[in-house]
Amino acid sequence: MTPSPQASEASAVVTFANVRIGFDDDDVLRGVSFAVMPRETLVLLGETGTGKTLTLKLAAGLLRPTQGTIEVLGQEVSSMSERELLPYRRQVGFVFQEGALFDSLSVAENVAYQLRENRLGEEDIEQRVRESLRFVELEHTGDMLPSELSGGMRRRVSIARALAARPPIVLYDSPTAGLDPLTAQTIITLLLRLRDVFGVTAMLATHRLQDGFALANFRFDPESKRVVRLTERESTVSATGANGEPATRFLVYREGRVYFEGPAEELAETKDAYLQRFLV
Amino acid sequence: MGAVLTDAFKQFLSHIQDYSVMAGRSLANLASGPRYFQDILQQMDDIGVGSLPIVLMSGFFIGAVMVLQTGSQFTRFGQTALTGDVVALALVRELGPTLTGILVAGRSASGIASELGSMLVTEQVDAMRAMGTDPSRKLVTPRVVAGTLMLPLLTALNDFIGLLGGCVASVFTLRLNAVQFWTRAVDALDFADIMQGMMKPLVYGFILATIGCYKGLTVSGGTQGVGRATTQAVVVASVMIIGADLFLTRLALYLGDKIF
Repeated sequence: MTPSPQASEASAVVTFANVRIGFDDDDVLRGVSFAVMPRETLVLLGETGTGKTLTLKLAAGLLRPTQGTIEVLGQEVSSMSERELLPYRRQVGFVFQEGALFDSLSVAENVAYQLRENRLGEEDIEQRVRESLRFVELEHTGDMLPSELSGGMRRRVSIARALAARPPIVLYDSPTAGLDPLTAQTIITLLLRLRDVFGVTAMLATHRLQDGFALANFRFDPESKRVVRLTERESTVSATGANGEPATRFLVYREGRVYFEGPAEELAETKDAYLQRFLV
Repeated sequence: MGAVLTDAFKQFLSHIQDYSVMAGRSLANLASGPRYFQDILQQMDDIGVGSLPIVLMSGFFIGAVMVLQTGSQFTRFGQTALTGDVVALALVRELGPTLTGILVAGRSASGIASELGSMLVTEQVDAMRAMGTDPSRKLVTPRVVAGTLMLPLLTALNDFIGLLGGCVASVFTLRLNAVQFWTRAVDALDFADIMQGMMKPLVYGFILATIGCYKGLTVSGGTQGVGRATTQAVVVASVMIIGADLFLTRLALYLGDKIF
């Protein structure tokens, strides 16, 4: 299997080439290739167990593929030793499915964790923590413990923690799973703001198609501080990623391979029976 | 049948290998940064200060029981004055270290296993790795260092309180003079006895902390797995401590002969 056309472009931020991984002789990913361009959001869509989380963990260097190469920010992650991976991982933000907040640390300490690891000054840390918490509108929760927060708030803190160190790439593992629609909407709005304010490159694993469509069809307007629907021209840009505008692409896995790769419109108009299951 | 046994044996060996690598790394980590001194202090407080009440209470009772058991034998020969010697030797060389080891294993090996196990199943360990922290340095090394350093201190206190318990018991049951008991107890101890008594808990502390960490960080099967790991940590650590006791005693006796 040859890498997808984008993979050959040098400017890609994340490149997967023929990646295989599996457990107990059963491959979950069987030769997956794709690329994520700068400021692009790649939506990984698929049923549970198709390898979405695995893909994110591979990109973050938390797992090692049995075959194939993974390149992120010009570094070959798949061949790095654990020692080399530690500094690499600091450049990648990871939002875990259940938040994975350190439950013995306060909210502010959670957000400050990586900054402390990066040995920033106390003053800088305090300011960054405040900024990050303000970004997710949870400034007042700094002294609370994660167990005192609601599920949605915990996800928001987890996003604040991931963005505190200002990583150029953020990986979201089903950030809206198990949340009520309203809270899920808040989370997606945050993702939009992160993309449109900070210009992060992102990979989003989700089984909710509406999350991906929201990213493809809306943008955050920093001036009015509101989420606005994209105009038709902007939608085309969003699909193609011209002029450095943030693009949103979808990737659907089926049986360990890339089954569909393309923009929102193509997915919305598909006649494919398997893909249509996501549309209802 | 043969294949099943072979697989089980292979699995056992692979556990031993993983455990040895983890235990070795926990110490090797100290040679280079980053080191987490804050976490070491916190663990010392948790394992050391936290275990004080149970260690002191058990120490007192064990010392007193020793006097009751040996005293009744010595009374038959009219040698109750020897009680101090026996209690001191048994406590310092054997009962103090091993009981402290098993008590702290019950408290801290289980605590470590359940804490790290819960962190693992809620992806907190992965979150740590994702933020560029080596869990071996941040989670394992502080616990192992704290366990290894605190056990000898706890043992020393346990020995002291044990002697105190023995002293109280001998005064009330054997009508011994407290000063006589205490003087005989202290005089009975050689440097080699103290060495033996302080060397053992050093190893026990290392065992209970590394077993707790290993069981915690290899949890599989969610919350139920955490419960299983906690139980296993206590059982394995306790058995290993008693097993190590045999070899350490032999080693200490040999060293005592040759050096001290």
